[in-house]
Amino acid sequence: MKRRNFIQQTSAASAFVGLGGLSSLSFSEATKHITILHTNDVHSHIEPFGPDHHRNPNMGGVAKRAVLIEKIRQENPNTLLLDAGDIFQGTPYFNFYGGELEFKLMSKLKYDASTLGNHDFDNGIDGLYAQLPHADFDFLISNYDFSNTIMDGHTKPYKVFTKNGIRIGVFGVGIELKGLVNDKLYKETKYLDPIERATDMSTILKNEENCDLVICLSHLGYKYDSEKVDDHKLAAKTENIDLIIGGHTHTFLEEPTIVKNKADNNVMINQVGCYGLYLGRIDFYLNGGKPLAGNGKSVEI
Amino acid sequence: MASALIYSEEMAPTFLICVPLHRNLCTMKKLIKQIPLIFCILSIISCKFDTEVSKKTIEGKEIPIDSTIPGDPKIEAFIAPFKEHLNKTLDSTLAYNPHVLSKGEKGMNTGIGNLMADIVMKQATPIFKSRTGNNIDFVLLNYGGIRSELNKGPVTTRDAYNMMPFENQIVIAELSGEKVEALLRYLEKAKSAHPVSGIKIKMNKEYKVTSAMINGKPINPEQNYFVATSDYLQQGGDNMSFFSNPVNLYDTDYKLRNAIIDYFQKIDTIKAKQDDRFIKE
Repeated sequence: MKRRNFIQQTSAASAFVGLGGLSSLSFSEATKHITILHTNDVHSHIEPFGPDHHRNPNMGGVAKRAVLIEKIRQENPNTLLLDAGDIFQGTPYFNFYGGELEFKLMSKLKYDASTLGNHDFDNGIDGLYAQLPHADFDFLISNYDFSNTIMDGHTKPYKVFTKNGIRIGVFGVGIELKGLVNDKLYKETKYLDPIERATDMSTILKNEENCDLVICLSHLGYKYDSEKVDDHKLAAKTENIDLIIGGHTHTFLEEPTIVKNKADNNVMINQVGCYGLYLGRIDFYLNGGKPLAGNGKSVEI
Repeated sequence: MASALIYSEEMAPTFLICVPLHRNLCTMKKLIKQIPLIFCILSIISCKFDTEVSKKTIEGKEIPIDSTIPGDPKIEAFIAPFKEHLNKTLDSTLAYNPHVLSKGEKGMNTGIGNLMADIVMKQATPIFKSRTGNNIDFVLLNYGGIRSELNKGPVTTRDAYNMMPFENQIVIAELSGEKVEALLRYLEKAKSAHPVSGIKIKMNKEYKVTSAMINGKPINPEQNYFVATSDYLQQGGDNMSFFSNPVNLYDTDYKLRNAIIDYFQKIDTIKAKQDDRFIKE
């Protein structure tokens, strides 16, 4: 154990003893339940699809998503709401308002954090910057170096949330913009190796920030046959990530995917297609608790 | 007997001290002083123990946002003014279309394809001319890029979005005569009504090009041509590989959709129709 960790635990434990007395010495704690809700590639789909749409009639829509999220938050107040990027582009709402409405609505729905997708640069890095005042949530991205751009200092590599005493570390990784986005739009944004950065971020979150859960918001894409980095490769080449919330490839999954990480432990990958048609729901049960909802894909990590 | 684990400042190996409870008052006082520390250490043991035995279970699912979920009226009210303004703008009339223009028209050119290719020629030429002093020789788009038909009646901004939902920009590729020949070979294989403007192509029944005229002249293999297209196609979309590595590439920073909207605003009545620019015997 590192000395810093010992000191943190000692002070935390002392405070706990001071308040709770002997009861804190119990060897079995109650199950703690954390819920993660997530979207990706919503692409400016503010309104639901119309009743006559050939594929998704009456599906999606921010107002309906708000009701669903609120219902789940009432069930479990220890809930985080996250997005894996490509908030922008796809309906005239973006062309008309430049992303203002998307960010304002996400703030109203109380999103906790989002990463950035390639389409979030569609109005240029200046266009993204201009909409930041409308976002009451953090943008987490660890592998874009914005030092020489207007976005410098306006994103974070990771953030730690504490819910019911559980420390949840969330970090973001984005796709290589070169070839996907006109370089005049992303300007001097430097792309850093996502695996290296994810390794660093997850190690910091696990060992230095003492997170109980480590979540990666990824806009890399679900799976490619080529060498191109994707969520599966990211999971297999790292060892401190519990959950990868993906995007970019608009992949609809029947259920989340479980893969093995470098240390042969389970990692869950989930992605909910696109356009806000689905909401992803992940429930973590800590301290030996059993899944309560019981109707999703469940695995020990 | 009470026992305590004591950690030294340097985090050296831990050691155990045994304190007989009933030796003397002095020892008792020392022990009392140590009680917070003892509890603290016990807590750590408890924490560590929990960490070792604690299991994390993860469960996940996808929840459809379907018609069974009502919309939040507050959110709907917030969206309403944005929606109203958007719809008002999208549905305002820009021009008039006297005939349905559909990509379903038979032959190697369609009214709507001709309209789109001619719009690119008309809207991008002044930009290209002012920047380079050159004219666009011809335009090539792709049949698959025509995303919807244009109904008879008032033409709106919404129609432009439907015709061109993507953000593609107009680019001009300077192609060698050889590459233009490769472009014709592509069209022979494609057997598709890819929209063109500024070039006149005739094919025989076997889709072999029998004549191709640019500015009224046959293609000169020694000459370079300025070909306007979308950045998507220039970057290899629809397998148009002849567009890769052009002699020069010029961005216009002009979106195809904006070119369409600007053109609709400029004119009163759309006159596009099928013609003889690209025909097959």
